Amino acid sequence: MSLKRLPYILPLLIFAGIGVYLWIGLGHDPRILPSALLNKPAPEFNLPPLQGRARLDGKSEELPLTTASLATGKPMLVNFFASWCGPCQVEHPILNDMAKAHDVIIQGVNYKDDPRRALIFLGQLGDTYDRVGRDQDGRVAIDFGVYGIPETFVVDGKGRIQYRHPGPLSPEIAQNTILPLLESLK
Amino acid sequence: MTVETGHFALIVALILALLQSTVPMWAAARGNRELMTLARHTAWGQLICVTLAFCALMYAFSRSDFSVAVVAMNSHSDKPFMYKLAASWGHHEGSLLLWILILSLFGACVATFGRGMPDPLRARVLAVQGMIGVGFLLFTLLTSNPFSRLLEAPVDGNGLNPLLQDPGLVFHPPLLYFGYVGMSTAFSFAVAALIEGKVTPDWARWARTWVLIAWAGLTMGISLGSWWAYYELGWGGFWFWDPVENASFMPWLLATALLHCVSVVAKRDAFKGWTLLLSILGFSLSLLGTFIVRSGLLTSVHAFATDPARGVFILGLLGVAVGGALLLFAIRAPTMEGGNGFEPVSREGALLLNNLLFATATATVLIGTLYPLVLEAVTGEKVSVGPPFFNATFVPLMMPMLAIMAVAPLLAWRKASALAAMKQLWLAGIAAAGVLLLVVWIGGAGVAGIIGMTLAAWLAVASIYAWVRRWWGKGALGRLVGLPLEVHGMTIAHCAAAVIVAGITATSVWQGEAVKLMKVGDSVDLAGYTWRLDRVYDTIGPNYQAMRGDMTVTRTSDGSTVSTLHPERRFYPVAQQNTTEAAIHTTGLADLYAVLGEGNPQSGWAVRLYYNPLVPWMWFGAAFMALGGVISAAGKIRTRRSRAATAAAEAVA
Repeated sequence: MSLKRLPYILPLLIFAGIGVYLWIGLGHDPRILPSALLNKPAPEFNLPPLQGRARLDGKSEELPLTTASLATGKPMLVNFFASWCGPCQVEHPILNDMAKAHDVIIQGVNYKDDPRRALIFLGQLGDTYDRVGRDQDGRVAIDFGVYGIPETFVVDGKGRIQYRHPGPLSPEIAQNTILPLLESLK
Repeated sequence: MTVETGHFALIVALILALLQSTVPMWAAARGNRELMTLARHTAWGQLICVTLAFCALMYAFSRSDFSVAVVAMNSHSDKPFMYKLAASWGHHEGSLLLWILILSLFGACVATFGRGMPDPLRARVLAVQGMIGVGFLLFTLLTSNPFSRLLEAPVDGNGLNPLLQDPGLVFHPPLLYFGYVGMSTAFSFAVAALIEGKVTPDWARWARTWVLIAWAGLTMGISLGSWWAYYELGWGGFWFWDPVENASFMPWLLATALLHCVSVVAKRDAFKGWTLLLSILGFSLSLLGTFIVRSGLLTSVHAFATDPARGVFILGLLGVAVGGALLLFAIRAPTMEGGNGFEPVSREGALLLNNLLFATATATVLIGTLYPLVLEAVTGEKVSVGPPFFNATFVPLMMPMLAIMAVAPLLAWRKASALAAMKQLWLAGIAAAGVLLLVVWIGGAGVAGIIGMTLAAWLAVASIYAWVRRWWGKGALGRLVGLPLEVHGMTIAHCAAAVIVAGITATSVWQGEAVKLMKVGDSVDLAGYTWRLDRVYDTIGPNYQAMRGDMTVTRTSDGSTVSTLHPERRFYPVAQQNTTEAAIHTTGLADLYAVLGEGNPQSGWAVRLYYNPLVPWMWFGAAFMALGGVISAAGKIRTRRSRAATAAAEAVA
């Protein structure tokens, strides 16, 4: 091949390079991206509570959601949600089911949301969260490395992150992965 | 039943496209004239079938047939009729069908208006169009069938995102698609030329018409989208540099480069390889744009991963179309160069510089768009590139571009004298100096603002001067009438560019903004106007509830009333979503722009007011720019007709 031909082949080579790069990049399923925080304590945070909730368990306490409230000796879920997020609506009944049928403790982080809309959202779908913290500026979501809303973390009794699920939960994930994991952490 | 007919018509279209992509190609290689003409019939057949399918989909939407999945997902019985129809292409499946419809429209146009073209070239161009059609029809039928039914029809639909319920967005996608798909014709011409192994000035004249039409469509589509963002999103901005906008802007940049260099091939028989490459890349970016906009290929990696069938198909389609064309280019183009060389100071030299700047600008936007998305996909890390990056890289590239644009039309082909051209620019120089002084005197513009306004004046005056010079003097009228339409088109488009630059610059540097909590009766002074909130009340639209404000704007100096603005805040119950409807009063020189936010009678409403100088110039400018393209394209057709007529007359003689 003569050097003169190189300029004509270059576009093909560049395209092939970009193609391979995209293929590898997009071939990564974001679901299997491991959390950088796996087996590490949850990041430090302190979120003000969402006020005016109508909890299904009848309790009326509205406490701030902090790092300390994740390390209570019991494993639990931390669920990032928002009223503007469609998939959150889809997964919410699964959370409710886990809370009601399996006594799973779920902490909610209400991400970049209008508190009034968040209350409507929870009022319509059922509020089974233990505490709900308001992450108004999304700071805590960034510290958790949240990829997109919804996203759910499993935290052990010492407040260490054990599992991360980006995207909406499905009944299969809840049944086959999350519930057994919570059981094993007890 | 109608829906099934549509589905069936789409399958027939696929079969026709398969025929069109194979038989004429083979016939052209064999020199079989009979079979070459098959392409014309299949092109028309495809248009008829796809039109039938599209009408079937529109019918389903107009009747709110919620047993069709896409209707249930994207429409609602409460929607106004026009938006029910527009919802036919307001989603992934329907927009793909619209894409195919426009593709088959272009195919039929090439088949019909390409009568003067050599038969093998026309057959090959249509065959390549057929291949693109096969790809898209397969994609639609296999992964995104708009005609699939739901087993249980819901009582009502999900509605469309209320932000999209807007006249701007009814016409934006079709025009943009018109541009994207028009680039497919340039691509088909390039691939056909590569297969034939020759690029001639005649080929360039044929291809240029389609490039111009596609470019005008892109210009209108992009500016409509920008206009929509300006009045619907409600913060006074018009361009966000987000991936979706960039995806439509990159093909436009390359199409602009292409229509300039294809002229060089037509006039001087040079820059052939580069022209072919630009044709291929322009369409590649159009494909990328199509998929980014509708399929969320890159904007949301989640969407991509959750629907692997679509994602893999899209990457496959891109790989075959772009990779195949570039492979062909690598093999055939080196043997096709030749033609004429050129002097650095000449029309073609200036056009080469134009092409380098546009290509660099495209690469800049591409990197700024793809880099964060790829980084996020690979490492999960989020970086924000945003406007600062583009302002620092793209804007400086456009400045020399504007300076050269003014000079190039005054340069002769082959070899020009820079000195002679500069001597003719004295008038533009005076105008630029005048505007420079004016802008400095007004103040607050900053360096970029001063340069922007000065360049706009320079370009506008130089373009008009270059045009006048061509017919001024004795027998002016005759020469004016005799000027080719391309010259008029070019002048209009270049002046329009100056007008757009002035609009963008002025609104970027002199925008006035006030954010206030206003109670009824309060007033705010901004940019020499007094804005008074008179009333806020509830009102009801066809499928929304709204809170509307009455705001009277008076001139602060003499108290005369300028306008009453009615900003609205709408709530769409079906989608559970709020939208803002900005109220805009335009004076032609500036927009008075008001947005009503949340609030209550006790503490007041959050009101945002903007004074946007010269913003209307951007929209006028864009419309004129597209008009310039259309006039220029018409000119190509006219000259070709007359040449064919002369040839026919000679043959008779």
